Amino acid sequence: MTDGVDSPVDDETDGGSEAIGGDRSGRTDDRVRYDQARYVEDGQYEPLLSEKDLTRVEIGEDSPLPEELTRDSLELPSLSEPELARHYTRLSQMVYGIDSGPYPLGSCTMKYNPKFTEDVAALPSASVHPDRSEQSVQGTLEVLYRLQEYLGLIGGMDAVTLQPPAGAAGEFVGIRVATAYHDHRGEGHRDEVIVPESAHGTNFATAALGGYDVVSLPSDDGGRVDLEALEAALSENTAALMLTNPNTLGLFEREIAEIAEMVHDAGGLLYYDGANLNALLGRARPGDMGFDVMHYNVHKTFATPHGGGGPGAGPVGVVADLAPFLPAPRVREADDASASESESTYELFDPDHTIGTVHGFQGNWLVLVKAFAYIARLGDAGLADASAKAVLNANYLASQIEYDVPYGPFHHEFVASAGEQDAADVAKRMLDYGVHPPTTKWPEIVPEALMTEPTEVESKATLDRLAAAFNAVTTDGDATLEDAPERTTARRIDQTSAARNPRLSWQALEDES
Amino acid sequence: MTFDVPEDRRYLESHEWAHETNGVVRVGITEFAQDELGDVVFVELPDEGDSVTQEAEFGVIESIKAVSDLYAPAGGEIVSVNEALFDSPELVNDDPFGEGWMLEIDADDTDELEALLSAEEYEDQIA
Repeated sequence: MTDGVDSPVDDETDGGSEAIGGDRSGRTDDRVRYDQARYVEDGQYEPLLSEKDLTRVEIGEDSPLPEELTRDSLELPSLSEPELARHYTRLSQMVYGIDSGPYPLGSCTMKYNPKFTEDVAALPSASVHPDRSEQSVQGTLEVLYRLQEYLGLIGGMDAVTLQPPAGAAGEFVGIRVATAYHDHRGEGHRDEVIVPESAHGTNFATAALGGYDVVSLPSDDGGRVDLEALEAALSENTAALMLTNPNTLGLFEREIAEIAEMVHDAGGLLYYDGANLNALLGRARPGDMGFDVMHYNVHKTFATPHGGGGPGAGPVGVVADLAPFLPAPRVREADDASASESESTYELFDPDHTIGTVHGFQGNWLVLVKAFAYIARLGDAGLADASAKAVLNANYLASQIEYDVPYGPFHHEFVASAGEQDAADVAKRMLDYGVHPPTTKWPEIVPEALMTEPTEVESKATLDRLAAAFNAVTTDGDATLEDAPERTTARRIDQTSAARNPRLSWQALEDES
Repeated sequence: MTFDVPEDRRYLESHEWAHETNGVVRVGITEFAQDELGDVVFVELPDEGDSVTQEAEFGVIESIKAVSDLYAPAGGEIVSVNEALFDSPELVNDDPFGEGWMLEIDADDTDELEALLSAEEYEDQIA
C-alpha cells in the first residue's frame, strides 16, 4: 500500500470481475470512450527496472581509489532488450501528452510541436561548440541575428536578447532592464510594480524578486484593467505595469493606448507578458500598443518544447531607449569593410550599459533554432493564420460546450465556469473521456474556473471530441466526480498525503519496503 | 455553513485568534480560515525566544490550495511553539481552536489585544 496513489492491488481485485473493455463508468458515449493502458505485475504498476530484476555483479578488481569510496559488488537490473523496450513503451502508454490527444491547458498554450523543428535541431551543423571563433560560426550567428530581427518585427520591439533560458527568466531580465533604465535616469527611487489581480503568478514573483513592492490591481466588471484603479495605483514610485494582452480571461485590453499613456505620464514602463502573444501573431504588436519591454514564450508562441525544467528560451524585446541595458552578448551585423556586398558578417557585442550576462553564451541555442525554424517555415501568412485559428478554435469550442463562459468576447482562450461542480473534479473526470482537462480554479474572477485554450493546431473533429468530453461531465453526478478518474492508469491522487509525506527519492521507497 | 467563533478570545481580520492567560497569548487560526485553506500540509513557525510585534508576520501556512502568511495578534517574546504541527499539520484542520494552536507569546502589553476584533465582530466579518 502506498500513500500517494490508490492501490493497484485493489484494482486487480475489481479488475478481475469486469470484462475487458467493459464500461467501468456505466456510461456508453462512444464519442469519448477511453481506457488508459495499465500494466500490473505482482500487484504493482509497471515496476521499476530494479524491481523487475537485480543481478549481483562482482567487481573483482582492486581499485586505486580509497577503500571507503569503492565497493566490491553492485546490484544491477539484467534484462533482455525486448524486456527493456517493453518497459519504456509501457511507461509511455501510461502517460498522456500532446501526442496522445488534445491538451487545452489555458494560459499554458500546449500546442503541438512540429517534428521538423527537431530535425533541424538535430542537424550535424547545428552542433556548434559555443567557444568556437566568430569567424567559424557565421551561419549560427546569422540564425541568431535573424531570430532577433524576427522577434523584434513580431513584437514591434527595437532590440531583442535571446539569452534568458525560460519565460520566467525572461520576465526577470525584463524587470532588471527596467530597473537599470530607471537607475540610469536617476530615478532609482521607483520601487513599485503594478500587476493586475488576474495576472500570471510569475508576474508577482518577478516583481518581488526584482526588489519591488507589488501593487495589485483589481479588474473592472468586464474583466479588464480598471482605469480608475490604475490611476489610483500610479505614482512617482511606479517603475512598471505588467500586463498580458489578451489577458488571462482571453479578453483584449481595449483601452491599451490609454493605459500606456497613463503609465508613461507617470514615468513608468509598460511590460508585456508574452504568454498570450499567439493570439496576436501577425495582427497586432505590443510595441505598437505602447509596450516598452516584453518577453517571448517561444514554447507557447513558436512551438518549442515546454521546458519542464529542461532548457528553454525566453527572449526579451525592448524599445530603443532600453536597448543599451540588455544582457550581453547580443548579435549584430558587423561593419566589416572586407565583407563582400552580398554577404554580411555577424559578430557578438555587449550593449553599452548591459545588466550583464544572465545565462551561458548566447542562450539555449538548440531551443532558439527550433523557434527560428518554426517562424521561418510559417512565414508572415502562416503566423497570421496561426493566430486566426487559435482564436477561431477557442470560440468554436466555447460555442459547443454547455458550461457557462461569463466573460467575452475572448480571443485564443476562454474561462468557463463549472458552476455548482468543483472545477478540479471536472478536470479529473475529463481524463476519463480521453482528453487532458483545462487549467482549473484560475483566474479566481470566474468561480470554479475552467481556463481553456485549445490552440490553433486542433482540427474541428478534435474540438468536437473535446466538447463532447466537457459536456459528458456536465451530467455526471457528485459521486462519479469525487471518485474520478477511473479509466486512467493512476486514479485519484491523494494530494494531501503526497504533500504531507512527500517521497522525493528512491531511498524513501526503500525505507517503506 | 456556520463556523465556531469562541467568545473567550479576540481575532485579527487575517483570521488569527488570540487567547490570553496571565499575560501569555496563545495564537492559532480560526475554523473559518482552516476551512478556506483546505487540507493544511505544512506550517512554518518561528523559534522560541524570537520576538514579534503586533500584526507582523510570524510564519507561513501551506495547504493544498494556497500558501498564506501568519500574523501575530500581539507583540512580545515567543515562549512556546506547537511543535506537534511539524509532524501533524492536520491538527490545524481537526482542532483549530485547541490542539492546532501555533504559538504562545509573552505579551509586552496585553492592552494591545483590545484593538483586535471581538468574537461578534469577527463573526460579522466572515458572515
